[in-house]
Amino acid sequence: MTSSIDVEGLSLSFPLYHGNARSLKKTVLSTVTGRMASDNRNRVVVEALRDVNLALRPGDRLALVGGNGAGKTTLLRAMAGIYEPVAGRVRVLGSLNALVDPHLGMNPELTGRENIMLRGMYLGLDKKAIEGLAEDVAAFAELTDFLDLPVRIYSSGMIVRLGFALATSVQPQVLLMDEWFLAGDAGFMEKARVRLENLVRGVEILVLSSHVTDVVLQWCTRALWMDQGRVRADGPPAEVLSAYLGHPVQLSDWAQQRMATTGSDPGEAG
Amino acid sequence: MDGSSHLQPSENVVLDLAADQSWGERNRAAWRDVCDGLAQWRLVWTLAWLDIRLKYRGSVLGPFWLTLSTGAMVAAMGILYAVLFRLELRDYIPYLGLSLVLWGFVGALVSDACGAFTTNQGMIRSVRMPFTLYAARIVVRNLIILGHNAVVVVVANLVLWTWPPAGVAWLALPGLVLWLAVSLSLALLLGALCARLHDIPPIVANVMQMAFFLSAVIWKPEQLDDRQWMLALNPFFCLLEVVRGPLFGTPPSLLVVGCALGYSAVLFAITWLVFARVRGRIAFWL
Repeated sequence: MTSSIDVEGLSLSFPLYHGNARSLKKTVLSTVTGRMASDNRNRVVVEALRDVNLALRPGDRLALVGGNGAGKTTLLRAMAGIYEPVAGRVRVLGSLNALVDPHLGMNPELTGRENIMLRGMYLGLDKKAIEGLAEDVAAFAELTDFLDLPVRIYSSGMIVRLGFALATSVQPQVLLMDEWFLAGDAGFMEKARVRLENLVRGVEILVLSSHVTDVVLQWCTRALWMDQGRVRADGPPAEVLSAYLGHPVQLSDWAQQRMATTGSDPGEAG
Repeated sequence: MDGSSHLQPSENVVLDLAADQSWGERNRAAWRDVCDGLAQWRLVWTLAWLDIRLKYRGSVLGPFWLTLSTGAMVAAMGILYAVLFRLELRDYIPYLGLSLVLWGFVGALVSDACGAFTTNQGMIRSVRMPFTLYAARIVVRNLIILGHNAVVVVVANLVLWTWPPAGVAWLALPGLVLWLAVSLSLALLLGALCARLHDIPPIVANVMQMAFFLSAVIWKPEQLDDRQWMLALNPFFCLLEVVRGPLFGTPPSLLVVGCALGYSAVLFAITWLVFARVRGRIAFWL
């Protein structure tokens, strides 16, 4: 199946039920008092996304840029089917993996192996595939003896390695990735970067929410500037990033050097 | 580590979500949620077992602490009430043991049901999963606890050497099947309502406290003499009796069975209306 993402006129709003407004009392009272009901229904809502349109086809690598609260993560979640549209439509074809929450399914009380098994089951893998997953993750995260101990006692480095290995061990057709995943990129192990780049190269469609100029320029073929839930600009990454940051952007010397020596460019769809 | 070594998710996802759905679309989406959730029975079972194992990890007796505390409760209450009500101990203790064990399931299930979605908000906000999965997890978890507590009933009967007539015990099976459906339905309904309205859990707790005393758990229906018919008005009693009656050797009357089925049907209808209506909104409320 060819993968695709189609978002048409998508709007999302979060009702704010503050304090007592959320209580049964208010609901019952507003029903009982008749006319007041229509007034009371004028709830305060946060419009997280307003009329977002976009279509992605295999080979597309989209970067979402924008300030905090611009709706980037909400848009990722909407494309992952976590939030259903309040207006408009979202269609996604193809296997999908959304790396939105670093702690997805990780239970600190469970052992590393149990966490891996659970993740595999959430992904709908069969028994044999889960064994493969456990092997792959254990090898990458270098947990050895710790694999059968509760995650609670892991060092923070081990937890990061486990979370990262788990999230990157499944190859979807559509990958939705939030910026947490690239946090502390500079200090991240070379091995982790190679693994992530391999994953990105293998996916058909990538949607990435990121502030890291190098990553956006190197990996993405298109950028969307989100501002207060709306699409402010949509176009080539360099243009959109320059407009967003207010100054011209280019790859850092370090990234240019790396690309020249390794010839690796995850932006090129495999 | 090259790209080809990555695992492929086994299923292809086709996601098609639109706003302003018609009732037909809502019904189909809700039905798919239930079917997908139940199809994940392997995951449900694992999650439910992990819940229990986590709670008792590092303890020597493990989940059998549940059995022990229920046993102590039955012994203490049994002797006390047998004296207060002037009942035959050999008759009352097996009855009380069975009642308390079954009510323990009902009570725990209803209170867990209130948190069906709120306690899983991390999961719900990071991956799209059928909501039925979270509801089924609660049902299975409480079934496992019920299994552990059932030991109390066996031990009580062994100690007092009072075995109910085995001939009608199998009649409890259809009752248990009904319980499963009602439990799942309650978890979906209360889970959704409690996510939206935070006043529901305390109300539910109060209702359950009252229901415990009104549903002939610690007393016998016969003690009502000619007012026994009033018990049929109590949905909790009817549902309790369809499982407890056969196990105690006294199959429930047709009136009680009919009422149990009727109340269940009403519950299913309400759950369906609410769940089909709000399923897509639950993630926004957490």
